[in-house]
Amino acid sequence: MENMLPVAGNGLLDRRTFLRGGAALAAVMTGYTVARPAAAAPLADEPWSLAPGAISPAYEKRSRFEEKVARTLSNPKGETRTSHARTPHHLINGSFTPNGLHFTIVHSGTPDIDPDRHRLVIHGLVKRPLAFSLDALGRYPMVSRMTFVECGGNSAPLFSPEPVQASVQALHGLASCAEWTGVMLSSLLEECGVEPKARWLIAEGADSLALSRSVPLGKALDDAMVALYQNGERLMPGNGYPMRLLLPGWEGNMNVKYLRRIKLVEQPAMSYYEARTYSQILPGGKAYKFYFVQEVKSFVTHPSPGLKLNGPGFYEVSGIAYSGNGRISKVMVSADGGRSWAQAALQEPVLSKAFTRFRVPWRWDGGPAVLQSRAWDEAGYAQPTRAQFVAVRGEASSVPPVTAFPNQHFNSITSWAVDGKGEVRHVYA
Amino acid sequence: MSMHKRLPVLLLALGFAAPSAGETPGLGQPVSESEIRAWDISILPDGSGLPPGSGTPAQGARIYAQKCVACHGENGKGGPFAPVVGGGPLTSINSVKTIANFWAQATTVFDFIRRAMPWQQPRTLTNDEVYALTAYILAQNKLIGDNAVMNAETLPKVRMPNRDGFIVRFPDRM
Repeated sequence: MENMLPVAGNGLLDRRTFLRGGAALAAVMTGYTVARPAAAAPLADEPWSLAPGAISPAYEKRSRFEEKVARTLSNPKGETRTSHARTPHHLINGSFTPNGLHFTIVHSGTPDIDPDRHRLVIHGLVKRPLAFSLDALGRYPMVSRMTFVECGGNSAPLFSPEPVQASVQALHGLASCAEWTGVMLSSLLEECGVEPKARWLIAEGADSLALSRSVPLGKALDDAMVALYQNGERLMPGNGYPMRLLLPGWEGNMNVKYLRRIKLVEQPAMSYYEARTYSQILPGGKAYKFYFVQEVKSFVTHPSPGLKLNGPGFYEVSGIAYSGNGRISKVMVSADGGRSWAQAALQEPVLSKAFTRFRVPWRWDGGPAVLQSRAWDEAGYAQPTRAQFVAVRGEASSVPPVTAFPNQHFNSITSWAVDGKGEVRHVYA
Repeated sequence: MSMHKRLPVLLLALGFAAPSAGETPGLGQPVSESEIRAWDISILPDGSGLPPGSGTPAQGARIYAQKCVACHGENGKGGPFAPVVGGGPLTSINSVKTIANFWAQATTVFDFIRRAMPWQQPRTLTNDEVYALTAYILAQNKLIGDNAVMNAETLPKVRMPNRDGFIVRFPDRM
């Protein structure tokens, strides 16, 4: 079994190990579970095997044993401030986020929109201002695409000068991935007839603060969508029901929810969220503006803090990688804090601007290890090391609360230290 | 690039008449700018979109005391929610961004007050009230004089201190 030889330090194995000889190895794998039964008992039928089960509900919910798999809420009592609900990346698997676990951020609560009364108006520098009902949009040719949405402030605790001890959900939970179905914005703009002078559009929601963001016309005509469906069902209220702007790969806040108005204009509006919130101060005191793209990023989800390793042996190191610049081309994984690297297997299909699940088999010897992942995208960008990132973007002046946003667009490497007991901690390496 | 661009070919193959290039379902309902007016609250930094009306810092102070002070504190110095007056130099990547030390355009102040304030009753202020509150906040921040009148002419001309403090991150995407 030549392919069981480590390909990188601390026991990382060839990514094809399980593809070639999986069954034998799977039998000796141990998982991230807390405990195993103390002793083997004779097999017997359980009660659920001895009586008919429940009726099928019209809309099925997951098993009652899965209720702990939930988003964490930054504002559970709905106080007058922004509410964040974060995706539990360490408790799910695959590449797509179930609708009930997709992250949401709402700044003034979730509006209760009657879809029959909702309208999308497109006006400004167009030949024909038009209003579209949800019924009308439902008759347009639709497209489906898998794409991630990520808050510009996702991973912000990693700007801390010391590693903040928190789960992958707390650190990276403001990114999720879904299949979105809707009408290409270019189709609607074509029907309205964009005037040659138009360079930007201002997208605005029907929420109480009428959240608005400016979007360059080039993006609008490229791959922007008015999304109506999320993973096959209508958008969830927290994701913009009944319609949202979808700008694949671009800062989450620009994907305006509850979309009710698009105005074509010559210059950006410099709305509150682009002029203040989503402009980022740099170490010299200047600030970035128009940080549209969510750049290449990856992190390990299994194992991660809260998922204890249950004794030495075989594990699968896995995580997600994504880039707002296209497809993921490569993910490397290290178990020795970046001294040596093994190439991860990428789950097919690898889609542009979507989560890509990566996996590497690992034979943990029970000693200390530091797990990292680093991704590259097809546009040629590499996820920066922490040193590279901090040299350009700086660090916060003190350790912030885990829910704070000291800055934005953090996309450097995350490091998890595994100790001899199998506990996982966040470290800088 | 997208599926619908290939649709005419598919329809032709199925024996339907091919739509002409650029044809769409045509289900958008024509609306006039007068019908849109109540929704059209967009304002650009050059002042386009600013409505008629005007206000002064003194007028704004009275409205502020009624409708804003509970959240933003006496003299705009902050209460349960963010201050609208003051702000130190930008010395760290997590320095607090304020109107005075960060915002590049005064029009953003008017725009955000009109669309989102007061938080529990958005879009209930008159345009004169929004101009007055904008004037009050700018004057408290020493960005305009105490007797300045803010209107569609004067507001876009207010020079914000951090106007030139920004670097466009992705100029090739604009």
